[in-house]
This record gives sequence, structure tokens and C-alpha cells, in this order.
Amino acid sequence: MWKYTFKRIVLGLVTIWFIATATFFAMHSVPGDPLSSDKATSERIRANLEAKYGLDQPLLSQYFIYLGNLAKGDLGISFTQENRSVNDIIREHFPISATLGILALAFAALGGILWGALTALYRNRWPDTVIMLLVILGISAPSFVVAAFSQYGIVNLNMWAGTNILPVGGWGSVGHMLIPAAVLGLSTMAYLTRLMRSSMLEVVNTDYVRTATAKGLPPALIFTRHQLRNAMLPVITVLGPAIAGITTGGFVVEIVFAIPGLGRFFVEAVQQLDYTVIMGTTVFYGAFLVGMVILVDIVYGVIDPRVRVDQ
Amino acid sequence: MTPPPALDPALLTPLQREAQEPAMTRPSLSYWADAWRQLRANRQAMASLMLILMLVVFSTLGPVIWNVDPSSQDLDQVGIAPGADRSVTLWQPYRPWSGPSDSLQYSADTLHQLTLATSANTQAVRLAWVQQQDASAYRVYRNLYPVSEVGSLGLPLATLKTDSFEDRLDLSPTRYYYSIVGLNSEGQEVGTPSTIAVEVRRVITVENARARGLLGQDEAAEIGDRINLALHPLGTDYLGRDMLARLMHGGRVSLFIGLFAPLGFMLLGIVYGSVAGFIGGNVDQLLMRFADFVVALPFLLFMILLKVLFGIGPGESGIWPMLLAMVILLWPAPARLVRGQILQLREQGYVDASRLLGTPTAYLIGRHMLPNTLGVILVTLTFQVPGAIFTEAFLSFIGMGVAPPTPSWGAMCNEGIKSMLTRPHEILFPALLISATVLAFNLLGDGLRDALDARMRGSDSA
Repeated sequence: MWKYTFKRIVLGLVTIWFIATATFFAMHSVPGDPLSSDKATSERIRANLEAKYGLDQPLLSQYFIYLGNLAKGDLGISFTQENRSVNDIIREHFPISATLGILALAFAALGGILWGALTALYRNRWPDTVIMLLVILGISAPSFVVAAFSQYGIVNLNMWAGTNILPVGGWGSVGHMLIPAAVLGLSTMAYLTRLMRSSMLEVVNTDYVRTATAKGLPPALIFTRHQLRNAMLPVITVLGPAIAGITTGGFVVEIVFAIPGLGRFFVEAVQQLDYTVIMGTTVFYGAFLVGMVILVDIVYGVIDPRVRVDQ
Repeated sequence: MTPPPALDPALLTPLQREAQEPAMTRPSLSYWADAWRQLRANRQAMASLMLILMLVVFSTLGPVIWNVDPSSQDLDQVGIAPGADRSVTLWQPYRPWSGPSDSLQYSADTLHQLTLATSANTQAVRLAWVQQQDASAYRVYRNLYPVSEVGSLGLPLATLKTDSFEDRLDLSPTRYYYSIVGLNSEGQEVGTPSTIAVEVRRVITVENARARGLLGQDEAAEIGDRINLALHPLGTDYLGRDMLARLMHGGRVSLFIGLFAPLGFMLLGIVYGSVAGFIGGNVDQLLMRFADFVVALPFLLFMILLKVLFGIGPGESGIWPMLLAMVILLWPAPARLVRGQILQLREQGYVDASRLLGTPTAYLIGRHMLPNTLGVILVTLTFQVPGAIFTEAFLSFIGMGVAPPTPSWGAMCNEGIKSMLTRPHEILFPALLISATVLAFNLLGDGLRDALDARMRGSDSA
């Protein structure tokens, strides 16, 4: 188990290094830089600024400075927002994105497992048909459309009630989180429902379920202890990629609902060519995702011992 | 004991062989013929296939039939809903106005006797009122909704000392509520406002109508005649551009990306995965590690990088960088899938047999292995299409995809979302088309999987 965990972590670190390197060289191959602005700068000012940000050094030594700072956890200073470090930006805005993401994931996982189990239980009867129809619709609607229409729904709800039951946008209270989290988790939930359903149907035909039935265990016990627990394994595997999907989908929901999360910040930085913020948030997101995948792998190794042996 | 009955000799004659029995076999079905038969029996999948074909025809042949420039603006019909009234009255050119004529009759029912000086049309709304004793100036307001309480007079248009006002500010053919309030010498509003409702008529000059082809060059026309403006079956967007033409042209972008990006990265993934799977060992490990790294790369960043590297400035559309970014970043998933399949197939007896006969590696992969994975590949390809369409829509939505005025369904949603409450048709149509396309590909993918994947036959797992 320890060897397996250690291997996963080392591999994860190499992945983060790869992301950092790719991001660095990609960013530096882009023509134009943050110092070339509309305002005319004299040669001397430009040279001074370049020296300040270390842009006058050869590319390779810039790269090693960058890696060195990265190892210390320093992601640099924003180019467009003076005196604001990337670490500050992430520290301030990431918790918001993370809260939203965790809520969305919880919503997606609980809903997916519940609906999936329900459809398998009522296989080919009307609850199955209705839920699977909703699932296919949930998969087919783009997140920004769902976000926009749910916002429209909130407006109508508030107008109907005469008071503000739910805020239309912004961030702060629990009310601000509910609808955006549901919208963000919707497609993942739909996906997990499908996965859970097929996984449940597979488990129904296994020997241990037949044995349990033959022993005369109550159906409710067989359903919860034998079927549900085993059927949940594939769902846990896809939770890692699901986190990735939710973080990228977060951009849209954050923009539509005016939530001051990191995703929205990243899109803005990209539009302003704010090098350090782009590189910092990219590496941070990359590291976060790698960490999540490792975590899921380790959890999976704990739950299912066969994985450890295979690796 | 009775003797046995005499046997009929006819029973003892051997049976004659009758005519050739009808064969109990059907012509053998090939894998693909069988799959096609299965798919044809699947009503959902066939309906989806029809829908996809219709969407392709809509966006390829559509612009040929409905030949309207998707970026030309019809400023007389901005943001109109489908089926809106498009009649317009011919009118003389605009002439400056110096105030009401003396013969003007003021209506007696309103406080300030606010009245219309001439008939109201989209060229100008001319208001006149009776001077008031306690007011040294007046403020004119305009509102789209009936004035109910104080403070909801609407948009303040002007503050002036005369007894007349001409409004030419962005007039639409609708009903406006004009109000005037008297101001005292300190500039404070005094007295109660007086309001009139004004029905604004849409007008166009004869020259303008001829220039735009709404009226033939030789066609006789008189002031006051009613003609029709250009037809927009699905309405126009916030800049007065034809929605139907934009949906058709936007479909070209969305479907192009949706179909060709998956094709591109699937091909790359197939080559990569089959090489890794076939060679195996350390090379396989190394190649798959690299694929793992690529998965971790941030998509949005590379999208922007490619866009900049291609030198795409404002006003140009970034279809190719979008396509390339998807191909570069999304190949690892199919590569992993194909590798897994190849690893399984390698161990099959017929592959060993073929190898023993001295088959070259390339032929072995191309003849024996890939055809056997083609079913899985086809199913995956179908399921990748919705993802690619979503990605295009998402990128265009955040302004990283196609640049205006090129339409794409995602970009149209982005524009429509801003005026969702007042003009819902602007977001509804592109959103419906995206959803319909994605739904169709999802259902077709389900049908294909049931038809092609032999292991799935008979089970109804999702």
C-alpha cells in the first residue's frame, strides 16, 4: 500500500513539473508581452521594467528562476494588478470556487448514486423511463444555457413570491450557493446516474448476489449491502475526472452568476495577457487536479485491494 | 386370440424422396450488415440519425436557399420576435421643425395640455404644451410602460424653456408614454406631471425603400402607402441581424468543429494507441505516461496560445486553432481505449497464427486488429461529438472561440443571454439547436453501441 501511494505521489509531482514546463514555454512563445501597451514607453523605462520583472534574462535562466520560485510555492506578482501576488489572488478566490465545486460534487455524487440505484431497481418501469429521459436531457443541455434559464427561473420565483427568496447572483450566503452548485453538478450527476445504473445492473447478475438471495437474506439488505456497495466502485473511479469537469465548468457558472471565483479570474487574466496569473493559476489548477486524482486512486486502493496488486 | 389384421401393402412401400426441402438457413450476415439491421430496428437511433442529417442539410444547403448575409443589419427591425408585424408606411424625408403651428388644438383633459403636434412616427415625435404660470422650464420624460406613480416617469429626455419638444432618440414602432413636468426657477419639479400615450408608427422614405429594394425602381408609390420590410422568419438579434441566416451559418461552425475535431483526435489517438499497445513493454509504459501528462494540460490556456500563435486578431474567426487545440489535447482518451483493445487482441489465436505466417506488423494491425476495434472506436467517436460541440459553444460563450461577426451557436447564446428577459428568442433558438444536436448524437451513440458491441446485446445497461 505504501509503495503504491509513494509511486502515485512521485508520478503526480512529475506531472506537475511537466505542466509547469509546458505552460512556461508556451506562454513565452506567444508574441507580445505585458509591457507592450498602448502607452509609449521609452527604451530606458522598458529596460527598467524588464529588469524589475526579470524579463531581461535569458529564457533558460528565467525558467530556472521560475522553477525555483515554484518549488518555494511563490507564483509571482500579477502584471496588471500592481502589488498583488498570484498567491494572494488564489488564496482569496479559490476558496469560493472550491466551496462551489465541493457542493456541486456532493450534489452530483449523491444524486447520481440515488437516481442510478433507483433506475436499476425499477428497471424498464416508469420511474426508470422518466429518470433516464431527464438524464439524457441533462446531458444534452449546455451548462451556460442551464445556468441562464435557472437564473430566469429565480427571477420569476422572486417575482411570484414578492420577496427575494433566492439571490439572482453574487456570493455570500447559502442561498447564493444552492442554484449555481446544482447547475454546476447537473451534467456530472446525469453522467453518474447512467454509470451507476449500468453498474447496478451488472452487479445484479453476480454470484455473490445470487448466493445472498439463496441464503434468504431480506431484499433490502441485499440491495444496500451487496449491490449498492459494489456498484459504487466505478462511480468512485470517475470522481477524479468529474472533479476536473466541475472545475472547468465552473468558469461558466461563475460568469453567469457573477461569483467572484478563481475561474472567472482566470478568464479575465487570459483576456489581459497577465502572464504570471495565467501561469500561476494554470499550475495551481493542474496541481489541484493531479492531487485529486491521486487521492481518488489511493481511496480506490483502500476500497478495492485488487487495484494495488495490479499496479 | 385374433389373427393380426392384414397389412396394407401400400404401407410397406418405401417413401419416395420428395422435392428438395427448402433450406433452413438464411444468407449469412456480415458483422456490419447485422449491426446495420440492429440499428435500423432502433427507432430512437434512426430518428436521431434523421435529425442529424436534417441539421447538416440545414447548415450546408440552408444558406443557399435562404440567401441572407448573416452579418448585415436591418436597423428598422432590431431584436424583433419571430412573426412580428413588419409593415412600414412610406413617408416624406425628415424636415427640421421649428415649433407648433398656431392652429394647433390643445387637448383639454390633461393638466399641462400636453399634446402631439403632428402624427408620431419613427422619424420624430413632436410634442407641444401650454405654457404654465409657475413654471420657468419643463422636463420631458419618456417611458415604455404606463406611468402609475410618481418617480416612474421613465427616461428624462430634455430640460427646456420652450413649449414644444421633438424626440428623435432611438424610436421604435411601439407605444411610448411621454410626460412633462414644470420646473421652478431653482430647477425643482413643481406640480403634477402630465402624461400622454403616443403610438409610434414605423415609416421609411421612398428613396430609402427603393435603395433597399423594398420597392421596385419603377414602381409607383405615394406617401402613406404601406409596404413590407424584409422578412425575418425567426426574428432578428440585438443588432438587427437575421436569426435564421445566423443559425444556418452558425451551424456550419458548430457542426464542423463537432464532427472534425473528434475525427482528428480519434485518428491521432488510434495511431498512438495501437503503436503503444502493439509494441508493449517499456515503450508502451513511456508512451502512456506521456499521454497522462497531456491529459493534465489546461485546455483553455492552450486554446488561447494557439489562437495567438496563429496570429488571429479581432474580426477573424478562430475555427482552426479551436480544432487544432482539441486535436492536440484530447487524443489521449481514444489512445488509451485503442491500446487496451489492442492489448487484448494481441493474445488472440488468429493474431498468433497470422504472425506465424510471416505477416508484416503494419498489415497485422491494419487487417486484423483495427477492424476488430472499429466498433468500439465508432461508438466512442459518436459520443465525442457532443463534447466537441459543447467545447466550441463554451469557448465561443466566453469569447475565446469564433470572433464576431462570425456566428456560431455558442456565440449566439452568449449574445442572447444578455437580453434574455426582453427578447428570449435570441437565446432560445441557438440553445435548442445545440441541445437537439447533442441529444441526437447521444441517442445515436447509444444505438450504435447496442448494435456494434456484441457483449452489450440483450442487456439493457446504459
